[in-house]
Amino acid sequence: MTRRDRSILASTLLGGLAALSIGSAAPASAQGALVMYCTVQEEWCRATVNAFERETGIKVAMTRKSSGELYAQVKAEAANPRGDVWWGGTGDPHMQAAEEGLTLEYKSANLDQLQDWAKRQWEQSKGRTVGIYSGALGFGYNTEQLKAKGVPEPKCWADLLNPKLKDEVQVADPNSSGTSYTLLATMVQIMGEEKGFEYLKALHKNINQYTKSGAAPAKATALGETTVGITFLHDMVTMVVDKAPIKTVAPCEGTGYEIGSMSIIKGAKNLDNAKKFYDWALTPAAQKLGADAKAYQVPSNKDTPTPPEAPKLGDIKLITYDFAKYGSSDERRRLLAKWDAEVKNLPK
Amino acid sequence: MNQAAATLPRATLAWIALGWIAFAVLPWYIADGAGAHALAWLVDPARSGLVSGLAGAPWLLPLAVPLILALRPAFRSTGLDAAGPWLVAAGGLGLAWITLQGFTIGLNGWTWASPIEGVRPGPSQAGMGLGAGLTAVAFLMLLCHGLAMRGWCRGDAFVVSAIGAIVGLIALFVFFPVSRILVSAVQDNDGAFAPREFLTKFFDSSIWGLDCLVSDLRCGVAWNTLFLAVLVGVGTTVLGLAFALIATRTGFRFKGALRILSVLPIITPPFVIGLALILLFGRSGAVSAILFEWFGVPRSRWIYGLPGIFIAQLLAFTPIAFLVLIGVVQGISPSLEEASQTLRARRWTTFVTVTLPLMRPGLANAFLLGFVESMADFGNPLVLGGNFEVLSTKIFFAVVGAAHDQGRAAVLSLILLAFTLGAFWLQHAWLGKKVYTTVTGKGDSGLPLPLPRRVAFAAFATALPWAVFTFVVYVVIAVGGFVRSMGRDYTPTLQHLLTGFRIESTDRGLYFAGSAWNSFFATLKVAALSAPLTAAIGLLTAYLLTRQRFSGQRAFEFGTLLSFAIPGTVVGVSYILAFNVPPIEITGTGFVLVMCFVFRNMPVGVRAGIATLSQIDKSLDEASLTLGARSATTLRRVVLPLLRPAIVASLVYSFVRAMTAVSAVIFLVTAEYNMATTYIVGRVEAGEFGLAIAYSTVLIFVMLLAILGIQALVGERRLGRRTAPSLAVQAAS
Repeated sequence: MTRRDRSILASTLLGGLAALSIGSAAPASAQGALVMYCTVQEEWCRATVNAFERETGIKVAMTRKSSGELYAQVKAEAANPRGDVWWGGTGDPHMQAAEEGLTLEYKSANLDQLQDWAKRQWEQSKGRTVGIYSGALGFGYNTEQLKAKGVPEPKCWADLLNPKLKDEVQVADPNSSGTSYTLLATMVQIMGEEKGFEYLKALHKNINQYTKSGAAPAKATALGETTVGITFLHDMVTMVVDKAPIKTVAPCEGTGYEIGSMSIIKGAKNLDNAKKFYDWALTPAAQKLGADAKAYQVPSNKDTPTPPEAPKLGDIKLITYDFAKYGSSDERRRLLAKWDAEVKNLPK
Repeated sequence: MNQAAATLPRATLAWIALGWIAFAVLPWYIADGAGAHALAWLVDPARSGLVSGLAGAPWLLPLAVPLILALRPAFRSTGLDAAGPWLVAAGGLGLAWITLQGFTIGLNGWTWASPIEGVRPGPSQAGMGLGAGLTAVAFLMLLCHGLAMRGWCRGDAFVVSAIGAIVGLIALFVFFPVSRILVSAVQDNDGAFAPREFLTKFFDSSIWGLDCLVSDLRCGVAWNTLFLAVLVGVGTTVLGLAFALIATRTGFRFKGALRILSVLPIITPPFVIGLALILLFGRSGAVSAILFEWFGVPRSRWIYGLPGIFIAQLLAFTPIAFLVLIGVVQGISPSLEEASQTLRARRWTTFVTVTLPLMRPGLANAFLLGFVESMADFGNPLVLGGNFEVLSTKIFFAVVGAAHDQGRAAVLSLILLAFTLGAFWLQHAWLGKKVYTTVTGKGDSGLPLPLPRRVAFAAFATALPWAVFTFVVYVVIAVGGFVRSMGRDYTPTLQHLLTGFRIESTDRGLYFAGSAWNSFFATLKVAALSAPLTAAIGLLTAYLLTRQRFSGQRAFEFGTLLSFAIPGTVVGVSYILAFNVPPIEITGTGFVLVMCFVFRNMPVGVRAGIATLSQIDKSLDEASLTLGARSATTLRRVVLPLLRPAIVASLVYSFVRAMTAVSAVIFLVTAEYNMATTYIVGRVEAGEFGLAIAYSTVLIFVMLLAILGIQALVGERRLGRRTAPSLAVQAAS
């Protein structure tokens, strides 16, 4: 071995040591900590974390992702869970996690203060997830584009079939987006399975693009890339508050809704803190943070003031949405396969 | 090697000593909780493998046996021939036992059927830590040294160790995680073996359908992906060649600007190019508006779909082709061209029959990279895909979408993998066994020829409009971060930048109040750590592949390419599956991010290294070896300096990719190690294009600085070539 060879070996070794030492930095699981998975928008997550830290002194490590990604992560980590509590995001992945036993049953003392739909979510999941906010499905249209096209204002789901709106409606692909799956399930529940699919086939002629993300049509409508976008109404409201030329519509036939949920992850390393957070997140003080972060969902605690911009659930004709049936994985796989086969590949 | 006959080489002795230290002194298991960085924690015999073995983890004790075996040749000087088998036995046994016990005894007892009847759940252990890791490394090195003593690779311990180390790393960080997810391709949703379900998924018409040829229905996603990748591969190679020729063979005045423009897209975070294209060519985009108002061209949505993805990927991946080709074009020996001219060939004939064929390895590698990049790209199809589906997004949504079908994702990844490997095989077949050596030890005093006029014209005609186009896209990006809402409200504002990067000065010094700082620092750290590791491993691999002959070489090369062929989404999920539980428990750390980047980006280092090395005459190495230098010395003193373009390419590429990759890391980031790209994706999802673009602008500047720094640090390769005054070879800008 020459001196140079040795120096090369030594430097390799040092490099390896350096790499290993960052590897050994274990994630935070010390006392007084909480690992929170957050699946609403960043501001809301951050505001919530700050408020909780200030209130309790518990240090929160927060990760923000989309709810689909986070479900995949919780499932992959099931053998050795990293997270403690999963807060926010549309209800379906929470229901799925509950069904697969990835989350823990817990009854909060604050449960009685909640709206009925939030409690129903808790009952249907056998106590494994609870509603924290709700938002109705609907659509919004770009007023300038609509005027240029000379189309009468759409007020109902049926109005979206107007041939003048050919290639002017945008909605997400239900395979990738919970928003769009809610549309699929809503149509099946309003019209019955056969008629519902007839409607979706007819609507297919007017769809210009099935986007990946559920909220994307809202942005596209704001920019005028599409005339009509089907999303949850609060996503459209965010654009309206940002001064986009959009008018939101709660369809006359009635519509479905989502229940944003919260679950405690089974095997949570900081279970006591997770429960503390769970209880706190159901209080009005915690829930009113959403409006400040430009999130206009309807909060689940009866005493939380509903933000003035939020679509009033009272003014919207809501259907009795069967979350247990349409949230179960078998029914969802069946409907999605049917949609793929009968709707998506239809010629325009 | 006579002088070594009496005792073992000192390096071997050092590895034996390290094995003992790691086993008896360093903590065997990964530490939980606080104090992980404290030095006292590093040396802690009470938590070492030996003590743990005595105190309740008896399955660790057998590891002392191979360590004792290794001591025998160290203390009894019997000559190297006799020492070899002892070391091979020690290394092999040790590695086998570490692996076996690690995978048998998990966090919650036995990980498969109980080896001891009736003991349930069985003993448990945490993830391996520093001690276990170094012990394993020591065993691996002893095995390699032993094999070298037995005559492998002409008895060159350095070469055998390098091969062993790279094979070990690839097995650990590529094959192991990928095998975990591919197993799920043949499983149903409950984890049972279901080959029929696999066949149904595989032959699905949404993958292989050819309806678009005969009707207006859509074609299968596999054909879409293949078609797009071939287009992008050809397009990026042509554009990259045009830029490389202009940069090296013409007297073009604005080479510096051209070079920066051609490199800008590679340092642009994902989504941003797509967003800029929408703001330009979307139905309400700036260009569409002008066309509509001045020429009455109706606004349409043509950008969503194949055209949009194609343009965005051309913008994004041309720089990679350029970086590969510029090294190759520079390396072509002018004397061959001069010889051609002396024989009365015209410039055009010379270009077609001499210059172009010599570029073949570069062209093939550039095409391969463009092809594979396009297949693995995720951000652009996501933003611009419209109804044109490609495999990478389809895989992503099979995992995270409403269907949650991991088996389907695995099937689709298999197809993607097959395409990539097919391209790799074709490239090999095309290059064949021809020799492309032009950098030799003999002095080469030829002058690079100016390009034939029509080639120069074609190069300018291709590259200049593209450069202008790139420039416009970047104007949009630069403006987008600093107006209130691009596309609607053009009031200038610094609000987006301040949201992300506000710094407040408090009594205790500066406070980084902006919401982007956390992810920004984490990203810088991970990128700075992974870039040199990637370059080192990639170039070492390239050296082994081109300069050494050993059995299983093709399999080795295949292994190094594999990680590149696998789409990031699949890598991300497979890393979680593989590394979230003992024996190797590294999710949630920065280490897993670094390793993920190193093994995803290593193939670029390998390809760039191979392309450059195949031009450098072997006689240079041989001269060095003949003069008595070891192979490690030859590598350092002779080969590395000639490899500078490849070093720059792989350092730059891996640094940049660590800052811009999104699909693989989206599953691996944690609160502590959040990456810039996942933060940006979050902003895009929330519709905050302004902040996303402002953050991207900051990242672009940081990466530009880094690239200039890397080029200054590594330096230019100096070949013994004259330069004519009119043709001054440009400095590395």
